[in-house]
Amino acid sequence: MFEHYLNIFITTVFIENIALSLFLGMCTFIAISKKIDAAFGLGIAVIVVCLITVPLNNLIYNYILREDALTWIGIEGTNLEFVELISYIGVIAASVQILEMFLDKYVPALYNALGQFLPLITVNCAILGASLFMIEKDLLFTESIVYGFGAGFGWALAIVVLAGIREKLKYSDIPEGLKGLGTTFIIVGLMSFGFMSFGGISL
Amino acid sequence: MNLKKYQEVIIKPLIDENPITLQILGICSALAVTNNLAVTLVMCVAVISVLSFSNLFISLIRNHIPSSIRIIVQMTIIASLVIVVDELLKAYDYETSKKLSVFVGLIITNCIVMGRAEAFAMKEKPLLSFLDGLGNGLGYSLILIGVATIRELFGAGTLFGYEILPLVTNGGWYMGNNLLLLPPSSFIIIGLFIWLIRTIKPSQIEEDDFVVSNHSTSPDLTKRELNV
Repeated sequence: MFEHYLNIFITTVFIENIALSLFLGMCTFIAISKKIDAAFGLGIAVIVVCLITVPLNNLIYNYILREDALTWIGIEGTNLEFVELISYIGVIAASVQILEMFLDKYVPALYNALGQFLPLITVNCAILGASLFMIEKDLLFTESIVYGFGAGFGWALAIVVLAGIREKLKYSDIPEGLKGLGTTFIIVGLMSFGFMSFGGISL
Repeated sequence: MNLKKYQEVIIKPLIDENPITLQILGICSALAVTNNLAVTLVMCVAVISVLSFSNLFISLIRNHIPSSIRIIVQMTIIASLVIVVDELLKAYDYETSKKLSVFVGLIITNCIVMGRAEAFAMKEKPLLSFLDGLGNGLGYSLILIGVATIRELFGAGTLFGYEILPLVTNGGWYMGNNLLLLPPSSFIIIGLFIWLIRTIKPSQIEEDDFVVSNHSTSPDLTKRELNV
């Protein structure tokens, strides 16, 4: 049983890394990776939000939206899948807002560290993408908790690695036109080729 | 308000303020969907329509949105538009819709849409916002189509599925570059595009984050060494 969960975790972190294999959350990935501290803070925030929203969306899909899901309250023949997207983004926006208020009141130290990144996360496609892929894989509730954590962890890992490489590159002599954004794109491309080598592993 | 301003909001985002290569907006979808020109075109049309109409509607009600809940309101408008596009695509072009899988849904969080809503539609008049959406959508499409053309032509030797460069495997002379068919190659192509654009337009070159101090202050320091 434990092996099964470990399996999901390793697969989402390395083989199907949400940033480097599925290319989600790229805008923040490239924009906020100049410094390791900032990248680390954002990474933690993504892990927390993924861990909350993916299982929550799993419950919403299985008990409200899915075909015939409402039989548990006695309504039959429903299929609300067409409001999928709007409900997930609603859940994400609401949980980010609640998390922000909660941290502000009870854990001010963490709030100060993460505060500026939290609003950014609502529009981070890694979060919505994680929920959508969770639905596509048809995971159970407990599996979705592991999947959410793994997805966030993989993204955080990737952004910290990229920030590390970019900090080192500050002192390199790069052609004028490639400075900044240009090299970052090429580095991410190379990193992503690197992560493809995990693709052959079957667990 | 004259014709020139309308022209400007459409033309500027094409190269001068391109959303992908300068504003760092909407990159996610640029990568995953560009291995096939036909699929890319569908994606571009979807993004252009969502972007221009979301700009239009948000601009129409901009004076009635309380600023504390504006993100939720914008999200709702964008999500509704994306659902319409998604359902239309499922109804009329199911094959492409399958190939795009979750990426149509991800237009909601495509930061290009939110970014333009925040930066432009919340301040400007409806028609102008609509055109700004159109212009940014076209700028986005320009890069996407460029990347897709390179990847499909040199990767698979085809364009829109028609054979342009006959492959060795089909008895022709061209050996397809399989590397280009892999998604990470689009990062590298976009990186090279940025290099090209910035070589033509040096004003877009980013400044260094730091200055290397000189050991001695010789009078003939060039402009670049002083980083001014």
